[in-house]
Amino acid sequence: MALVDIRQLGISFGGLRAVDNFNLTMDDGQLYGLIGPNGAGKTTIFNLLTGVYKPTDGEFYFDGELMNGKTPIQINKKGIARTFQNIRLFSNMSVIDNVKTGLQAKYHYSMLDGILRLPKFGRMEREMTDRAMELLKIFDLDGEAEQLASNLPYGKQRKLEIARALATDPKLLLLDEPAAGMNPNETAELMNTISLIREKFKVSILLIEHDMSLVMGICEKIVVLLYGRVIANGIPDEIKNDPKVIVAYLGE
Amino acid sequence: MDFIQQFINGLSLGSIYALIALGYTMVYGIAKMLNFAHGDVIMVGAYVLSIAAMQAGLSPVMSILFPVIVCMAACTILGVTIEKIAYKPLRNASPLAVLITAIGVSYFLQSVALLIFGSNQRKVNSVIPKFSLSLGDIHLSGEAITTLVVTVIIMICLALFINFTKVGKAMRAVSEDKGAAQLMGISVNSTISLTFAIGSFLAAIASILFVSSYGFVGPYSGAMPGIKAFVAAVLGGIGSIPGAMLGGIILGIIESMAKAYISTELADAIVFSVLIIVLLVKPTGFLGRKTITKV
Amino acid sequence: MKNKKNIIYTAIAIVVYLLLFALVETGTASRQMQNLIVPVLVNIILAVSLNLIVGFLGELTLGHAGFMSVGAYAGCMFTVSCNLPVYIELPVAFVIGGLTAAVFGFIIGIPALRLKGDYLAIVTLGFGEIIRSILNSMDIVGGSGGLKGIEKSGNYTVAYVLMIITLIVISNVIHSCHGRSIKAIRDNVIAAESVGVNVVYYKMFAFVLSAFFAGVAGVLYGQNLGILKPATFDFNKSIEILVMVVLGGMGNIKGSIIAAVILTVLPELLRDLADYRMLFYALALIIMMLFSSNPTLVEFRQRIFSRSKREVN
Repeated sequence: MALVDIRQLGISFGGLRAVDNFNLTMDDGQLYGLIGPNGAGKTTIFNLLTGVYKPTDGEFYFDGELMNGKTPIQINKKGIARTFQNIRLFSNMSVIDNVKTGLQAKYHYSMLDGILRLPKFGRMEREMTDRAMELLKIFDLDGEAEQLASNLPYGKQRKLEIARALATDPKLLLLDEPAAGMNPNETAELMNTISLIREKFKVSILLIEHDMSLVMGICEKIVVLLYGRVIANGIPDEIKNDPKVIVAYLGE
Repeated sequence: MDFIQQFINGLSLGSIYALIALGYTMVYGIAKMLNFAHGDVIMVGAYVLSIAAMQAGLSPVMSILFPVIVCMAACTILGVTIEKIAYKPLRNASPLAVLITAIGVSYFLQSVALLIFGSNQRKVNSVIPKFSLSLGDIHLSGEAITTLVVTVIIMICLALFINFTKVGKAMRAVSEDKGAAQLMGISVNSTISLTFAIGSFLAAIASILFVSSYGFVGPYSGAMPGIKAFVAAVLGGIGSIPGAMLGGIILGIIESMAKAYISTELADAIVFSVLIIVLLVKPTGFLGRKTITKV
Repeated sequence: MKNKKNIIYTAIAIVVYLLLFALVETGTASRQMQNLIVPVLVNIILAVSLNLIVGFLGELTLGHAGFMSVGAYAGCMFTVSCNLPVYIELPVAFVIGGLTAAVFGFIIGIPALRLKGDYLAIVTLGFGEIIRSILNSMDIVGGSGGLKGIEKSGNYTVAYVLMIITLIVISNVIHSCHGRSIKAIRDNVIAAESVGVNVVYYKMFAFVLSAFFAGVAGVLYGQNLGILKPATFDFNKSIEILVMVVLGGMGNIKGSIIAAVILTVLPELLRDLADYRMLFYALALIIMMLFSSNPTLVEFRQRIFSRSKREVN
């Protein structure tokens, strides 16, 4: 059974059909690219999948379960985590606390444990710190653990967002333009990191990206969106040579 | 008969709320901030009016016109100055910081008035000529009629201004999207300043009508009507001009009915309860628009 | 390192108490100063509990005096109508006051979940006014004349213990995963939801906890003064507490404590300047916000601050 099964998903904002008849299936561990010109509806699809927007029609099955109507929190608990196109960190919290916020669901202790500083509090906090440091290390952020998130340079903020998303232990990771604003070196490094986390965490990834070399380089399959509709879906080589895609990107 | 009289009292009270609410709604719609000090600008206007009215040796017409013009000028300048000093530096700050600053400004105006004029209420003579209408048992004072007429005229002018003039369109553009408006060559800062000027000008008119109806002003006179007018703006749907009008009238009627038939003591409590209930049922108010959060 | 910090804090708490004890019992402190101790402690509880909402949750409420009054009346009504030994009566009164305020915190929390920013400020302001009007017209609690004949059992020791409990609870909450969730909501609601933070639950929790301690502070206030008047708990009281939070630094508990002490003691010492008190509050709010949120002024402040730091080194 496919991990992700999206059937005829669509949403309208007033008269605007932002996404129409979107279908996609993803298997465990697959790395899928979602590309398209600006305003094609890519981020809207992320918002539909994470419960930020409610679809007007269609169904979204994740791990065999219908996700329509679930809240962002419920969806995250089911195993979907995301990053944001315009970075949304907890900017007045430390880098490590950003990651710990993602870990909390798994290392839970009660209010009473916290207020009375019962043993469970200390144990869970310690385990959380260790786990958070492991995650930060992967993204080369362990040196900045105690810094305020807002003081990180742009590229590191993007990485921290991915680390925070991974902290929730997702089966599916949605990355919204992770390489935006990075230089070619940083992008190359990010590509390696993405491949690494995919193997290490056994996570499926759906990736929105404008950097074609990144998308073509690491994605197994790519789906192309134009005006809210899918115009192509296949392996990178097919996409590269698809006349409709070429027209969409370069014009007639 | 008493009921109709109360209804008319509410209408006249409500039209003052509506007038103040128009100022709130304009500033909120464009600068996206609750100008807590709006009510206190009205208080300052009332003091200015009372001082200007003492000017001796003016012709009968000028003795009305002079204080009115001075009051309008003072409020407008005050409003724009507040915006320049306190709000403009916080244009990109968190809404919380702006709101706290606005509360600070409101407190500042009150405390300055307290230091200058003391806590006693000061008598202000009405600048509205004495006349009244009576229909059987129902009595309409000149102040009530003037307030109603002026409020309706101003609402219409404001709606025309916002919808059909170039500056009005610029204001609407800024309220929709500051960034995009700037790219289209609209100066966001001067548009916001202008909005404050208009809002404060409306406050001056409200101040004249308010103080003419009540006859007294004290350092805290503006605070409660200001807050209630904001409640009216929220009830009607913030940012909507007819909404402010509708909200103000409804609030005025509720308040005067509550005072007459339930309890004077609890009238304010009832007004605020209505607000809480309306916001729970319809957070956008009667005529407000729903907005989509962008992610 | 954590332990070392705890030991220092405990030591400070004991030393401060011994100091108070010495000042009061030996009669070194003037009557005026002695009478100020409990109000200072009450204000610390109020400021720290309000900081939980304003500083850590990032929402503005203007009804803290409302929560305080609800708790005060509930708790003091209990002590007035019961005739139990004081060591039973008083703790029960605090719990009753706290819980009653917490219930109201829950009720006010419901609109707070849907509203934010300016709307919430107005709703909480309205809530404070509603409570005051109702208390004013309720004869059973003395109406506008006030609730009289409350036993003055809230002495400085009781107040000090309550303040310490408040500080421990709120500070422990903030430095736990629950506090992290509250701060995450403040910084970015959408991101908080995306990592599974239960926004509804934690917003509600912050409101209830904050209201609880405001209620406790209210009972303490009543049990110390011996009388409760609705007019005490007006909008100005809420603003006074807000000024303490803002002046001490939003999200800074130590700052709230210092600001509460200064803003309670100073007006008493400078009685001649009482008229300027409001003006000072107003300027404090405006200047603090400008210096904490205007980019140019923030830079200016940081420059000066870093220079003085360098000189110290």
